[in-house]
Amino acid sequence: MKALYFAWVRERIGIAEEELSPPAGVATLADLMAWLAARGENYAHAFENPQVIRTALDRVHAKHDAPFAGAREVAFFPPMTGG
Amino acid sequence: MATVSVQDADYDTAAEIAAMTAGRTDVGAVVTFSGLCRDDGGTLDALEIEHYPGMAEDEILRVCAEAEARWPLQGCRVIHRHGAIRPGDNIVLVVTASAHRVAAFAAADFLMDYLKSEAPFWKRNRRRADAPGDGGWVSPKASDEAALDRWR
Repeated sequence: MKALYFAWVRERIGIAEEELSPPAGVATLADLMAWLAARGENYAHAFENPQVIRTALDRVHAKHDAPFAGAREVAFFPPMTGG
Repeated sequence: MATVSVQDADYDTAAEIAAMTAGRTDVGAVVTFSGLCRDDGGTLDALEIEHYPGMAEDEILRVCAEAEARWPLQGCRVIHRHGAIRPGDNIVLVVTASAHRVAAFAAADFLMDYLKSEAPFWKRNRRRADAPGDGGWVSPKASDEAALDRWR
């Protein structure tokens, strides 16, 4: 599954995208953020307040309790400030 | 059916209005909203706008479809720019057309409220070198979320 990071989430992690292969038991987007946060200081910084992070699955907004199985693309980003 | 563009290039508002109404005699009202980059009292060098390619277009189209379901629109056009935007330059254009003005005004207002909170764009302030502070990512305002309550 491809992961995309935007704005300050991207800056804190230090990369814009990567391939993820989470282990069994990591099922929801909340699980995925907790798993990512344990990968290093940069990820821990990006996900220190997971409740403020917005998530999308295959380019559609998704809530943190959504399972990601079957998705090809997951994205993590701050609240949006367009317009 | 709405038309949406996400682009770095500028746009011509008059040309967009003309394109929407060309050859038609049923349109009674066209409303446009233009969002411009302000200089925050002379401290801003540029706004840098990042977006999620693909999802940005999809989300704006989804919001347009909601507007079209709520009001009898004859046209709906949105252009949102990305990249470095200088003070005074255009950021976003919404054009709505309807037989009567109330629907066109309301739909344009609705579109802007939802674009701000649901379309994946992020603004960063790049301050002038002689300005205090270091800019940084723009935070959403509480009033943006409150604005959505008007439509629920």
